[in-house]
Order: sequence, then C-alpha cells, then structure tokens
Amino acid sequence: MIGKPESLRDAYGEELTRIGDADRDVVVLDADLSSSTKTSIFGKKFPERFFNMGISEQSMVATAAGLALSGKKVYASTFAVFLMRAYEQLRQSVCYNNVNAKFVVTHSGITVGEDGATHQIVEDVGIMSGLPNMSVIVPVDAPETRSVIRHLHDSTSTPFYVRLTREKFPVLNDADYEFKVGKSVTYRDGSDMSIIASGSMVSFSLEAAEQLKGKGIDARVINMSSIKPMDRDAVLKAARETGRIVTAEEHSIYNGLGSRVAEITSETYPVGVSRIGMRDTFGKSGRSWDLFDYFHMGVSDIVRISEEAFRKESSYENIS
Amino acid sequence: MDSSRLSDAKIREKAKQIRLKSIEMVYTAKSGHPGGSLSIADVLATLYFREMKIDPANPVDPDRDMLVMSKGHASPALYATLSLRGYFPETLLPGFRKLPSKLEGHVHYGVPGVEASTGSLGQGLGIAVGMALASKLDGRKNRIYAIIGDGEIQEGSIWESFMAGSKYRLDNLTVFLDKNGVQLDGFTDDIMPMPMIPERVRSFGWNVVEIDGHSIPEISSSISKARECKDKPTLIYAKTVKGKGVSYMENNPKYHGNAPETEELYNQAIKELSTQ
Ligand SMILES: Cc1ncc(C[n+]2csc(CCOP(=O)(O)OP(=O)(O)O)c2C)c(N)n1
Repeated sequence: MIGKPESLRDAYGEELTRIGDADRDVVVLDADLSSSTKTSIFGKKFPERFFNMGISEQSMVATAAGLALSGKKVYASTFAVFLMRAYEQLRQSVCYNNVNAKFVVTHSGITVGEDGATHQIVEDVGIMSGLPNMSVIVPVDAPETRSVIRHLHDSTSTPFYVRLTREKFPVLNDADYEFKVGKSVTYRDGSDMSIIASGSMVSFSLEAAEQLKGKGIDARVINMSSIKPMDRDAVLKAARETGRIVTAEEHSIYNGLGSRVAEITSETYPVGVSRIGMRDTFGKSGRSWDLFDYFHMGVSDIVRISEEAFRKESSYENIS
Repeated sequence: MDSSRLSDAKIREKAKQIRLKSIEMVYTAKSGHPGGSLSIADVLATLYFREMKIDPANPVDPDRDMLVMSKGHASPALYATLSLRGYFPETLLPGFRKLPSKLEGHVHYGVPGVEASTGSLGQGLGIAVGMALASKLDGRKNRIYAIIGDGEIQEGSIWESFMAGSKYRLDNLTVFLDKNGVQLDGFTDDIMPMPMIPERVRSFGWNVVEIDGHSIPEISSSISKARECKDKPTLIYAKTVKGKGVSYMENNPKYHGNAPETEELYNQAIKELSTQ
C-alpha cells in the first residue's frame, strides 16, 4: 500500500506543463524560486507565458490577480512561508475579486528540514483557510498532486491554495486516481477509531494503524487532502461509526485539519478528538524525518496518542 | 592610530578563515548557502575585526555596535565570524543545521552575537532602521550596520525602509549591499534587472559610496565616510563576486544554495581557499 517516495513538486511542474500545452490561457508566475518550486519546467517550455517576478512576492500576487481579471488561468508559486508575506494581496486582490488564480506553494511544514525554523511554516493552512473564497488542498503524494492540478484547471475558477513539500513522499495512490474538491479517501477501514490525516502524516498514520492492529485496535485511516472545503460526511461518519478521532497533520494543531475536524464534530456529533501536530511552536533545523520524532509527531507518537484516545473514550462509554 | 588596529594582511587572514569555516560548515551539513557567504567574508572580517565597537565578553552592552544580516542565508559566514571573534567556541560550528544545535540554517537570534533572526528576505533593513531609531532616542553613540543582497532589494519592503532611513536622517545607520550579481534562480540582470542602483538609492536621500567589496582598505575607508556623513544614512555599494575564492563557485548560481557535492570538490575548495 505504501509505495516508493516521489517528488510532489516535480509532479506539479510536469502537470503544469501538460495543462499549459493544451491551454494557451495558462500563465505561470514565480518569485525567484522556480528552480525549487519546479515552475522552471513550465518556464523552459513556455518562456512567453512564464513570469519570474524576482524576490517580490507581493508584486507577484497582485500581478496574478491582474492576469486572472484579464481572463488568464494563473498559477503562482514560491515557498509556502514567503507567500504569506502577500497575505493582504491575497485577501483583497485575489479573494475579494474571487479570481481564477491558484497558489501552489512548496517547502511547507517541517519537512523543509535543514533550512530551519524561518522556512518551516506550520501556520499557513490556518491563515489561508480563513480567507473567504479561498480553498485549501494538501496533496498526499505525486499522483494526487497531478490529479489536483488537472482537476483545478478543468473544474474550478476560484482561488486555491495548494500546499506541497520539499521532501518526496511515499506514493499512496494509483496513477489513475481522481481527486475531487471536498472529498476524502479512506485508505484503511476500521471500527475502533479513526485517524484523519493530511500530507506526510497519512503514510505515518497507515504505519501506526498497522502497529495498533497488533495491539487489538482497529483504526480507520482517512486522507483528508481537501482541508477547505472539508469532507464533513466522512468526518461525521467516522465520529458515528468509530466514536474516537485522532487527527495528524504536519502543521500547527491550531487552525488546521485538527481544529476543523473538532469544529465539525462538536457542532453536529461531539466525540473526543485528539490532535497531533506542531504544538504552538516554531520548527528547527535538522533532518526532515528526524524532526517528526523531535516534535512528537512520529509513528510511535501516533500509536501512543491513538491508544490513549481509544482507552479514554472507552472509559467514557463505561460510565454512561 | 589605535595600536590594536589589525593590519590589512591580518584582516585578510580573518576573511580567509571565515571562508574556510563557511565551506566546512556547509559541507558537513550537506546543505546551506556558500555563494553569498564567500562574497561577504571580507566585509564581515573588516567590520568585526576592525571597525565595530563590540565586546564578545559582553554581547548585550547597550553601547555596542549592532549588525543585522538581512540576507539571513549567509549564516555560515556570520556564524564563522562570530565564533572567530570569540562569541562562542569554534567547536560548535559543525552542529550547523543539525539537531539540537542553535546554529539554525538561517541566522538565529539566540546565537551569541546575533542581533536578530533573519532568513525571509527584505526584513532585516527595517529591523536595522528600528535599531537606529532606538539608538537615537536613547542618545547612544553606537552604530548600526546591515547587510543586504542585490537580489533581496527586489523586495518592496527594502525601499520602504530606504524611505524611512532618510526621513529620520539615520546617520548612525550603514548598510552594505552585497552586489554579487547572482540570486537564486540565476543572474540578477536576467531575473529582475535593476540598473543604476547607486543613483536610485541616492534619489531616496541616502549617501552612497561605491567600493570593491573585496578590498579591505576600501571597505574601511567607506565605513569612515559613513561615520563622517551627517543627517543621512549610508549605503555602501560593495561590488563582489559570488562564491569568491572557490573557482567553480564563482559567479555560478548553482552554488547559491548547494554544498560541494563530492569530497573532491570539497577538497578543491579548501585547497584553493587555503592557498590565497
Ligand atoms: C522573502 C523571501 N523570498 C524568497 C527567499 C528565497 N531565497 C533565499 S536566498 C534568495 C536569493 C537571494 O539573492 P541575494 O539577495 O542576491 O543574495 P546573495 O546573492 O548575496 O546570496 C532567495 C530568492 C527568501 N529567503 N525570502
């Protein structure tokens, strides 16, 4: 089930070039990071439709809005952390005008690794989710990344924030997998509890579920790549059918996947929700995969917290 | 003249050490930013070993001169400089970019001698403006320095800070522009051409001095000119070579953010730097 790691940003650059080949209205912007975000692949093929705006993120976002208001289908990329500098341009020029511009960012979360705290943004999903008209997608692997880019191009005309990573992630989806906005995918069914995860934490959750099985706990694992809009039905189904939810995200536990799941359940069908993620802290330089343990977000942490959640919920049931 | 003042040859030796340590750190970490560290080594050596009034034994002295490394990816050069100057032991340098070291990939406030965390471009100049304003408010005589990149000045916020610097006549503020002509994706002239930088900054009300950023006497005399200039902040437009001192890194955008890939390349870099 867990395949070999593949680069999400390479998948993005290649898919972007494919849709740009078929559709002359596709234009791409970057802010001096095209060699890292992989928009350079598009830029080499279609130099006349590629705009490297220099180290000027605010200018890039406002320009993206102008191109979109003139009928272009716009893709703009930089590292996740640096797009945040243009928050207010995203708010006023992009989201308030509700234009067809997609912001596909790379190097999000702690898997930036050695570049350290300044680059490891773990607040972006929350910041972007707060914007009216903005949708937020966190692809789990390279096939999903390709599908997201195709789907957004073919079926949407509103602003999107697509959060990619520096590191390669294990492939979990088949090549013909089709992403849909607002839909999740259940990778593993289970009846004792549910782990709702996004991004890097999905494959960790699958590993954790395997270990939980050995401890007699049957865990469901859901890939919630569409953070906004979220698959409410899948969340509520998990709440009703399994009674206990653990969320896992390479992001702050505030204002991300975990918060949103807790909102949905508490409004409609309250169950215990334990959130795994960055606990109100900045990141740190180190090897990407070591940082998960350092910040208590590794496989063993998912196992431990899932077990705790399982037992806590059980005891509640015993009381009632 | 101050008898403790180091000779040009001694400063050059310090710059060489900064370069060697920078390459060692980046190679040990297998990541980091060598190009922009090598280009700024002579400026850092001259500032920290001759021009700045600082005391590593008392890094929080309110009257100390302060420096903000606005191009925070040049952390190897700054960390190397600070350790050579005695702020912390050189034995800590190999921890660069690794758990649990404080020597973060980008310049980190908390490392002794570092005055502000940086790494997101375009913010350090504003921080330096704030420090210069505070110094004036408190009637202190210290000087504030900042180092910015020629790619970094594409950020609008840099020009906003240029405006504030002249409005508040921050003659205690001296900014080095590391004019190495290369940024991340390639050459600055291709990515975002910006001719006439000295004229542009002068038109923002600044005193501008143009120098060879690898000449110790020119760096020193430009700092003296900045000290003498009243009512205006000074920009020192320092023409440099990205990757200076390692032949295969010079003017090569690839080594903006890549460590030497092989032991041979590493050894070659060390050999070239050692024999200069
Ligand atoms: C706001 C922001 N955008 C993008 C980056 C990514 N980045 C790091 S270094 C760099 C190029 C910097 O070029 P320059 O200022 O000329 O530095 P130097 O050549 O002296 O290393 C870029 C784009 C960043 N650190 N901050």
